[in-house]
Amino acid sequence: MTAEMILFFIFGAVSLIGAIAVISFRHPIYSALSLIVTFFAQAGLFVLLGAHFVAAVQVIVYAGAIMVLFLFVIMLLNLGTLSAKSALTGKLKGVVVVLGVLLAIQGVYIAMTAGTGTALESAQASTETVTTYKIGELLFSKYLLPFEVTSLILLAALIGVIVLVKRESQTEN
Amino acid sequence: MDIELVKDIIIPIVKILFIVHLLIIGVMAMIWSERRVSGWMQDRLGPNRVGPQGLLQPIADGIKFLFKEDLIPNHVDKPLYVLAPAMLLVPAMITIAVVPFGSSISIAGIDEPIPLQIADINIGILYILAIASLGVYGVVIGAWASNNKYSLLGGLRSSAQMISYELTLGLAIIGVLMLTELPNEILTKFGDDEVNPLSLRHIAASQGVHPWNILIHFPAFLAFTTAMFAETNRLPFDLAEAEQELVAGYHTEYSSMKFAIFFMAEYMNMIVGSAVVVTLFLGGWHFFGLENIGGEGSILAGLISFAIFFIKTGIFLFVFIWVRWTLPRFRYDQLMNFGWKFLLPVALTSIVVTGTLWIITDGNRLWIGIGNVVAAFIVVAIVAGMFALDNNSKSSTQATHDAAPLRGLDAVE
Repeated sequence: MTAEMILFFIFGAVSLIGAIAVISFRHPIYSALSLIVTFFAQAGLFVLLGAHFVAAVQVIVYAGAIMVLFLFVIMLLNLGTLSAKSALTGKLKGVVVVLGVLLAIQGVYIAMTAGTGTALESAQASTETVTTYKIGELLFSKYLLPFEVTSLILLAALIGVIVLVKRESQTEN
Repeated sequence: MDIELVKDIIIPIVKILFIVHLLIIGVMAMIWSERRVSGWMQDRLGPNRVGPQGLLQPIADGIKFLFKEDLIPNHVDKPLYVLAPAMLLVPAMITIAVVPFGSSISIAGIDEPIPLQIADINIGILYILAIASLGVYGVVIGAWASNNKYSLLGGLRSSAQMISYELTLGLAIIGVLMLTELPNEILTKFGDDEVNPLSLRHIAASQGVHPWNILIHFPAFLAFTTAMFAETNRLPFDLAEAEQELVAGYHTEYSSMKFAIFFMAEYMNMIVGSAVVVTLFLGGWHFFGLENIGGEGSILAGLISFAIFFIKTGIFLFVFIWVRWTLPRFRYDQLMNFGWKFLLPVALTSIVVTGTLWIITDGNRLWIGIGNVVAAFIVVAIVAGMFALDNNSKSSTQATHDAAPLRGLDAVE
């Protein structure tokens, strides 16, 4: 087994354990922290794939910015521990079971068709040279339209938030 | 012994040990100089009893912290309370890994020159931003786990402040990255095919060929430095601590060595932050050719380049202390206004102006430098004008109230 494979299993295990911890902890702060651990492990997986830029962005955007906001909101609202009452009930439980079964089937299918773990090596071989420079070049040439559309969507969300907040403060006054 | 073994394992380990110990000694030096320089600035003596000039004071402090009772209050969330200081210290320490602290040294028996840098990864500056953005967790988690309202308020302030100033931190360096260029002979010396603007080594080396970035990107330098002060929680941005309002802010419930670790992390952040500013804007290990005395790549030149870097970082650390005793703390809404309405536009302008002038003047750095300063002045004037209009149309208290982007905080406070 190569060093990459060992690291792959470590990162994979950590990200799975983190993901399970997110839904197992009853306290939202602990769940949020587990999610950060998962993001980290995924960043590690990206590094193994040779996608250093994606790994850095994963940490900067998700672990660094979005999760800080999550923690901020959880702390601000002072959300307590979930009680047994707030657990899933009735209809929702059925939906969750159906979705879970579908996911399990998907997982089994992927595991059966994926083969013998050569995917990692082939991915490494093909993406070894992906630098930030090349990503930038692609974003501003081949994928210019999707890139700009995404920025428009973000702008729309931004304006939406400002409108909502402004309206609230006007009614307060 | 095998040359490969020495090159791949022993030399990196020596470099890591050297830098980590230097950081810890640096923290001790900072504790001493902060107290002595503060005393000097306030026309008093400061601690001068332990050792010559009080130089052993940090050791006395450390021993005192170690022997104090390690108290964990009953009402805290124990696992996170214990974890928080480490979550702050680790990011502070590992950022230094990508900062080049000198040029390179050739040692007999090893064919390639040894770069004075722990790791030159190809996303260098992004790594620094990523790790810097994690520093806030130690503060926030420690504040929340303390289960104390003063701590919690400190943590909330800190998280909002970090998110706001991180943007400026990232945007201010883009102009620098755009103009990073290296002639081919230096690239071959580094063993690289093309310039990688994200590599801190290339950024620093580029300032040996071209003027220092502070001259070309002066507004971006100011914005970056200010944002860095905010990220390190130093005055005038230490709202997370704010002794007068919050007792001691996020570390109110901490004592003994855990408190000391919070303190060490703050000083380490300062040292690493200064090292990053020196690398990005102040020329890294270059000082008007002085770094090449004794021939490029020789041991003497390597040591001189390290000394230059060391002295520059030290001078910048002095600025940290200087600012502390010069500027009073910002109010919360002032902090947010300043970050979003002044620093962020200045950083954005520097990107637009640098890019545009790069094309128009065909890469003339003099014009880019002038254009950056002029544009920053115009932007600041426009924002200040808008503020004046805004304040005229409303009563001043109303303006203050509206200006806070995170209005939930008003309710808490």
